[in-house]
Amino acid sequence: MLDSLSALFAPDGPLGLLALSPPGWGGNLLLGLWHSMQIAVGAYALGLSIGIVGAYGKLYGNEVVRDIFSLYTTVVRAVPELILILILYYAGTDMINQVLLGAGFDRWAPSRLLIGTVVLGVVMGAYMTEVLRGAILAVPQGQIEAARAYGMSPLLLARRITFPQMMMNAIGGMANLWLNATKDTALLAVIGLNELTLTTKQAAGTTKAFMLFFIAAMVIYMIVSVVSGRVFAAIERWARKGQPKLGGGGV
Amino acid sequence: MPSAPAQGAPSAQRADAIRIENLHKSFGPLEVLKGVSLTAREGDVVAIIGGSGSGKSTMLRCINFLETPSSGRIVIGGEEIRLKPDGTPASRRQIELLRRRLGMVFQSFNLWSHKTVLENLIEVPVHVLGVPKAEAIERAQKLLARVGLSEKADVYPAFMSGGQQQRAAIARALAIEPRAMLFDEPTSALDPELVGEVLNVIRGLADEGRTMILVTHEMKFAREVSSHVIYLHNGVIEEEGPPDQLFGDPKSDRLKQFLKSVA
Repeated sequence: MLDSLSALFAPDGPLGLLALSPPGWGGNLLLGLWHSMQIAVGAYALGLSIGIVGAYGKLYGNEVVRDIFSLYTTVVRAVPELILILILYYAGTDMINQVLLGAGFDRWAPSRLLIGTVVLGVVMGAYMTEVLRGAILAVPQGQIEAARAYGMSPLLLARRITFPQMMMNAIGGMANLWLNATKDTALLAVIGLNELTLTTKQAAGTTKAFMLFFIAAMVIYMIVSVVSGRVFAAIERWARKGQPKLGGGGV
Repeated sequence: MPSAPAQGAPSAQRADAIRIENLHKSFGPLEVLKGVSLTAREGDVVAIIGGSGSGKSTMLRCINFLETPSSGRIVIGGEEIRLKPDGTPASRRQIELLRRRLGMVFQSFNLWSHKTVLENLIEVPVHVLGVPKAEAIERAQKLLARVGLSEKADVYPAFMSGGQQQRAAIARALAIEPRAMLFDEPTSALDPELVGEVLNVIRGLADEGRTMILVTHEMKFAREVSSHVIYLHNGVIEEEGPPDQLFGDPKSDRLKQFLKSVA
């Protein structure tokens, strides 16, 4: 078994180009995947934080807060992610550098990983705001009223009742956003970030084994999706405990 | 003659548990309550009856400020709720403390669906009142035994019948050791064959002398358990008095008509 596997990935074997060490490109692909996952997790965490604040702000904030979040969700959801990435990476750093140079400082070379994470996080945040806002609105009024009727403070009510109730409504939309996050990392190839897609392109261009590498990348993205689906299905089962019907989430 | 609820002392000597004076409530231009008053002494069971849209649920919900009155006085256990001129409570904290002494039972149960029955019962004692968890659980198990739901402690509400859910909701209200109980049409959402089991539990509470205010459509039951009945029509108390007088010898034409229509 092990023998036949190593034969498969031997330099002259059929999958030799995917071997982990040179001349195989497998190690580079995995490094690309690692970068993609770092960005996806970071962007998702940032998006979730923005989303929680945004959802509560849009629902319960004063007029100014509501307007700010409405503007944010409208603009970010209207503009293609690619353009946002380009604006923030090129125009954004250019602007910062002009200020820095003008003030006599050195030029700032931002980390692509950081910029990529922030841009995607801001995009995630806009969608997350809407997912969570809808989920909070879907909490039955009676659940909240019972908590109020027993003297729960607003904070305790949010933590003990609204939040868990909201989670079971939100988990489907949140799973979608996570899958978007993993795939949107591919957009960062445009700023030269060596995530999975760009690495694949380099490998394919160098070796001319286009079919092999793009199918390999496809399989890797697929594995990420399937594993994520399983994880979210488990989270959904937990979040929907006590509910009569179990949804068919996950893969 | 229906048995009167257990009462330790003559009514005049018992302290006021809940007093409402000249309560008004409007929803926009619609005035739902046009100056109603009510006094429940310790151990009283006050039944509020009336047609749909008469304002009876609104009146009950004003007692624990689930609805904000437009004007009026509300005194709970001798403590007056401070109101701003527009009727909204002056202190959110005071309202929270007041609510912790009133056990509310809703028409649609409103058990928290993500918690088991036992978790529903200990939620407020543990997280709001600061009762140690072990003690809260022990008390909750006794209450569940009392309402006949011992085997359902670890079941989620969605997997129980309406009657079982409402009995659990009553146990949840009892778990806070309330000074008074508020029932908002507790049997209106139930299938007819499930009404009896819930009424039996409520009857038991009345018999042990608990202070209760009960909005209900069950006339026979109201007559049986209450010490005082209020008939509300279009936001006004049309008639009130002891149950035998109100049901046996109604004075106003409207009440006569109402009793005939629900009979």
